Amino acid sequence: MHNVVSRDEIAPSVVRMVVEAPAVASKRLPGQFVVVRPLEVSERIPLTIVDSEPASGTITLIVQVVGATTRELTSIQPGENILDVVGPLGRPTHIEKFGRVVSIGGGVGTAVAFPIAKGMKEAGNEVWGVIGGRSRDFVILEDEMRSLCDRLVVTTDDGSYGVKGFVTDALRRLIEETSGAIDLVLAVGPLPMMKAVSALTREHGIHTVVSLNPIMVDGTGMCGGCRVEVGGEIKFACVDGPEFDAHLVDFDNLAKRLRAYHDMEQQADHQCKIGLATRNKQ
Amino acid sequence: MAKQERFKRTPMPERAPEERRNDFMEVPLGYSTELAVAEASRCLQCKNSPCVAGCPVEIDIPGFIKLIRDGDPVAAARHIKLTNTLPAICGRVCPQETQCEAVCVLAKKGAPIAIGNLERFAASMEAAAGVETPPAAEPNGHKVAVVGSGPAGLTCAGELARRGYDVTIYEAFHVPGGVLVYGIPEFRLPKDEVVAAEVDFLRKLGVRFVLNTVIGRTVTIDELFDRGVEAVFVGSGAGAPMFLDIPGENAIGVYSANEYLTRTNLMKAYRFPKFRTPIARGKRVAVIGGGNVAMDSARTALRLGADTVLLLYRRSEKELPARLAEIHHAREEGVEFHLLVSPTRILEDAEGRVTAIECQKMELGEPDDSGRRRPVPIDGAFETFDVDLIVVAIGNRPNPLIPQTTDGLKISRWGTIEVDDKFRTSRQGIFAGGDIVTGAATVIEAMGAGRTAARSIDEYVNDPEHLWK
Ligand SMILES: Cc1cc2nc3c(=O)[nH]c(=O)nc-3n(C[C@H](O)[C@H](O)[C@H](O)COP(=O)(O)OP(=O)(O)OC[C@H]3O[C@@H](n4cnc5c(N)ncnc54)[C@H](O)[C@@H]3O)c2cc1C
Ligand code: SF4
Ligand code: FES
Repeated sequence: MHNVVSRDEIAPSVVRMVVEAPAVASKRLPGQFVVVRPLEVSERIPLTIVDSEPASGTITLIVQVVGATTRELTSIQPGENILDVVGPLGRPTHIEKFGRVVSIGGGVGTAVAFPIAKGMKEAGNEVWGVIGGRSRDFVILEDEMRSLCDRLVVTTDDGSYGVKGFVTDALRRLIEETSGAIDLVLAVGPLPMMKAVSALTREHGIHTVVSLNPIMVDGTGMCGGCRVEVGGEIKFACVDGPEFDAHLVDFDNLAKRLRAYHDMEQQADHQCKIGLATRNKQ
Repeated sequence: MAKQERFKRTPMPERAPEERRNDFMEVPLGYSTELAVAEASRCLQCKNSPCVAGCPVEIDIPGFIKLIRDGDPVAAARHIKLTNTLPAICGRVCPQETQCEAVCVLAKKGAPIAIGNLERFAASMEAAAGVETPPAAEPNGHKVAVVGSGPAGLTCAGELARRGYDVTIYEAFHVPGGVLVYGIPEFRLPKDEVVAAEVDFLRKLGVRFVLNTVIGRTVTIDELFDRGVEAVFVGSGAGAPMFLDIPGENAIGVYSANEYLTRTNLMKAYRFPKFRTPIARGKRVAVIGGGNVAMDSARTALRLGADTVLLLYRRSEKELPARLAEIHHAREEGVEFHLLVSPTRILEDAEGRVTAIECQKMELGEPDDSGRRRPVPIDGAFETFDVDLIVVAIGNRPNPLIPQTTDGLKISRWGTIEVDDKFRTSRQGIFAGGDIVTGAATVIEAMGAGRTAARSIDEYVNDPEHLWK
């Protein structure tokens, strides 16, 4: 049982939760995730650890409501409990002093980009941030990113805030402006965005890392449900990743596999909405 | 006893195939007292008892059978537990036909004693009477950690707790039991009635379970030692699935057996949408492989509503490694066996969903290292099966997490942890047993390893210098 310390909606259907998980908090490194099973009936879902505080034994999660299990999770109120939290899982981000690092977050992907950017900054890199959303309401963690980045560009698709356009447009301008003097690009967000970033940086020969979010079950290398094709080989994102060299990832295969349960997910979510399942005993 | 009776096995009552293939309830119903006594009475009580030598943990088989014959099945169960702490499980899942029953003197007459059925009967009778918890052992003040709660870990922990050790089992999943809960389906091994009962029994013995904890990630083995643990037993199993490495394997609708069975058993996807974990329900399902895992997957597919389930295996009937009972049950339930075929390619539609699997036809050639005749391709002979779901059950490897995060553990080229006859690894204080040492094997071997390792741990903790010079 893991007590929820706080819960707030930071964008439409995007909830930040601070959760007690002392063992995870003391161990966790940037880039790692937890597998969470909120209620007895829920799925096991992977969530990036956005931040951790070993002293208070808490971790921060940011959850976008996309189906039954995320709905169940985000319905748990402060003072109530999450059933299972397992972690930290996955390989930590490879952090060293690269030089100039551009960290890109699209939508809730910023929740994943933020801890990596923080790790890069602490390692002495010059960190530039590019974060974006559909419109103003969907831009998250702007203050957090601003406080650690040496430079931050915010974009919105509809121009309601920051620069109008996609994060890739902003990245292209940064590449032009610096004549490609960027040592590493980190991109996390919707698949089309990561694919577009990857195509762009490949043209300019800039090393790029993406964090992938395939469907997972155990998160320990046991089921193979999270398999992705990287450089023509099968990799298990939960143990070999979740971060991979973007230029080697087969994004189309991943997009296909993410669609596997589309219809069933809606059915489960419907079931969930009509009678939000029994709460964990407190 | 008349001769005919002596040479006829008492059949196990079972649910009818048409009925059972639609639900997840157990298939064999268990012997009644009458049937059990009849079967026990067939036993010749051989002096040299070859069956005992055929048992990996050397249960006194004639001894417990005699107790059943004489009307004291509870005493029979206790007698078994002197050497095998999990008779309810082993009676159901051991490959008796290649172990004790294979060497029973009556096997020559084609009707070995149904040792497994009797073992299961004794365990059920004991459970019905209420299993007595042995008096708590005097705590000896020594702390031991066990990694993994499969049969190896459970047995090792039980054995140590009985000797007064302070034992904690660390398990990655949210339920203890290892393959017994996430792999072997309910219709073969009831989870609440059998597996959870064993776990409860260990709790009563004083064993602590720490779930949702991945050793190597949440805590490392070295940190366990820092916390005052004196010895560690690693029973982390062989949980990493192998794939075929053929085109199309990442299409939608291709599962590893581990994923397919875990979604169904552990996450209860068969009760979707009440339980939220989804599973694809194929109408025409192909299962690749011929072991217990393949049989379990094939029979699970039927229970998830498949009209047709094809089992594709690259050798012949004779080489099928699954338990005979499972092969028989799968056939009865309507699984179609296609032997001597080896998958070469998976075909998918524009959306990336599986539509068919193409196989190379094989024939048997010369025997290979394992003594089984090697399947060789028949030039140009292919067969394509239209299917909408594929489950790959061609084997598992050890999970590399513990070897990767524990310095100084000697690992074989197959990724297994190397141990000696006392189950000592190359690192002082660390012992290992079960599938992590042997590669995917059997419940009883894992159990036997856990038990022997517990004795070595006891020896070591009492005299650390003696066991590691
Ligand atoms: C579907 C299926 C059917 C089978 N049918 C039969 C059968 O009929 N008869 C038979 O004899 N055998 C059968 N087997 C094989 C048998 O189940 C195994 O040989 C046996 O379970 C091995 O026991 P174990 O204790 O070594 O490992 P496991 O049962 O695999 O247990 C290992 C446990 O360790 C946990 N773990 C792993 N890594 C870590 C970590 N880093 N930290 C914490 N916990 C960890 C795992 O989650 C798991 O719970 C079957 C196997 C499968 C998959
Ligand atoms: S070999 Fe068969 S007949 Fe002889 S003691 Fe064992 S079970 Fe009984
Ligand atoms: S989530 Fe099961 S292997 Fe990665």
